[in-house]
Amino acid sequence: MKLKLLGALALVAALAACSDNKAANSGSASGLGATSAPTGAAAPGSEADLVANVGDRVYFELAQNTLSSEAQATLDRQAAWLARYPQVTVQIAGNCDDRGTDEYNIALGNRRANAARDYLVAKGVSADRISTISYGKDRPTATGDDEQSWAQNRNAITAVR
Amino acid sequence: MSIISASGDGLTRRRLVGGALAGGILATPLAAFGQNAPGGFPGAAPAAPAPDAPGGAEITVDQARTAPIPIAIPSFGPGIGDQMTQVISNDLAGCGLFRPLGAAASAGGPGVPDFAAYKSMGAQALAAGTTSGSGAGVRVEFRLWNVLTGQQLQGTAYSTSGANWRRIAHIIADVIYERMLGDKGYFDTRICYVATSGPRSHETTRLAIMDQDGANNRVLTGGEWLVKTPRFHPTRDEIAFMSYANDRPRVYLFDLNSGRQQVLGEFAGISFAPRFSPDGSSVVMSATRGGGSDIYTVSLGGGTPRQLTDSGAIDTSPCYSPDGSQIVFNSDRGGSPQLYVMGAGGGGARRISYGSGTYGSPVWSPRGDLIAFIRIGSGGFAIGVMAPDGTGERILTRGFSVDSPTFCPNGRVLAYARRGAGASSSLGQIDIAGFNERSVPTPGGAEAPAWSPLKG
Repeated sequence: MKLKLLGALALVAALAACSDNKAANSGSASGLGATSAPTGAAAPGSEADLVANVGDRVYFELAQNTLSSEAQATLDRQAAWLARYPQVTVQIAGNCDDRGTDEYNIALGNRRANAARDYLVAKGVSADRISTISYGKDRPTATGDDEQSWAQNRNAITAVR
Repeated sequence: MSIISASGDGLTRRRLVGGALAGGILATPLAAFGQNAPGGFPGAAPAAPAPDAPGGAEITVDQARTAPIPIAIPSFGPGIGDQMTQVISNDLAGCGLFRPLGAAASAGGPGVPDFAAYKSMGAQALAAGTTSGSGAGVRVEFRLWNVLTGQQLQGTAYSTSGANWRRIAHIIADVIYERMLGDKGYFDTRICYVATSGPRSHETTRLAIMDQDGANNRVLTGGEWLVKTPRFHPTRDEIAFMSYANDRPRVYLFDLNSGRQQVLGEFAGISFAPRFSPDGSSVVMSATRGGGSDIYTVSLGGGTPRQLTDSGAIDTSPCYSPDGSQIVFNSDRGGSPQLYVMGAGGGGARRISYGSGTYGSPVWSPRGDLIAFIRIGSGGFAIGVMAPDGTGERILTRGFSVDSPTFCPNGRVLAYARRGAGASSSLGQIDIAGFNERSVPTPGGAEAPAWSPLKG
């Protein structure tokens, strides 16, 4: 019974990941990134659950990878959520605003993803459940050319794999 | 992934005077009319100075920047002759160093031109040509004259397929550039870049390649994965670039003739920012490790990557000096992204950028005398150049966002990507003296240009 339930949960999580956030958090060009919070009840342990009830991303200051207290609080919730759903593996994608060069920003995005990963690992999440990737400035959440958009784009986004 | 092969005309070494050219183009010298060729044997082209000899130039590049050379280019004849004349004129006018005289009439008929007529038009040089034949057997005869002295500077006949007309036109423009200015031309070259389309939050990116003037644009990859930063091999028809294929961002080698792709080097982290060594035997690149990235060289022959930096900070955007002895790179080891130069074996890194703001995307000129870079300050982005020791910094152009400077083979012009606020990215060019800035046409959005070596 328990195994069946876990299997069903994993399936729901996989479906949610495919239909919702996978494209936004991948180098693939298929589909549009949909990151808006889902409506209705999200399946526990799913991508939608992570986005709606935990918080899938943390934000950074310009050119920084320091985790603010707000970012740490989000990652604390992610760590607790990952402890509750031990079958879930995640990928953390680091992103940058477009106020840096293309190549430097790949490394800066990696540094941000790495900071979030290290924090989760320090909170007890197994390192082999977390992969990281960086999109530099190529996968902006907000597409405006203003301070507000740049602040949204300096992030590390955790997504269910 | 669908791949369209970029093979067309093959690439082998090109010679200025005489001999077989690539892609079935045969070049033979043309006798000067009514002149005994220096060197004594009639029927040969006048002994041209060695291409690299600056003494052979009619005018210096510095002179031509302030006073572009007036050159008459009467039509090479109907059909492809007209089209070739247009391409040659566009190349020469586009570089900013020549002033083609619009619709110059042919004066004097066949044989020795009527120099007095060209002189009264204000022409200093005359590029005259004829085309004959059709299909697979086209012959283009081209002569370059100094109008003031009446001396034939160059005479060459090209035998080729009519399909090569555009390439012959670029080759002729290169000959004119070299004879008049003493520097090799760069018109018979291509630009590889990343073509972008779709919403900015999730742009579709494809490698694309075109002639330097925007003609013959072809797409090389299918757009399934994010691709970045193509870079030309110095002699072979190969490109190093970064692909996010299978969500594993790595540096790949792309064979333009076969379309074959292969990962370069084995890295646990993300590998990116590739550039070939000047001898083409290896690629220098960076790879992430922890929160930083290190610089490595990867031999094309295989083997373990050789690590050149170990700062713990971000070290990236490496680029060799043209003699292969040094590497300029971008690092935030001092707290913010700045430019550093180190020996090609690693070690001895010294900072060379000291202006306000941050620096990135360094690229060493093929002439060796300059490093181009991006500088980012509160006012936006700028492209500049400085000497390899960091002195003599000059800003060439500014913008909301500019990136990816790339030198043409003779080091006189930079191509780059530009994006204005709220706009998509496009390509531009600017002379390293900071003048003649212009856009390069592409069918859609364009980023990360890489200028090829001369086709050879």
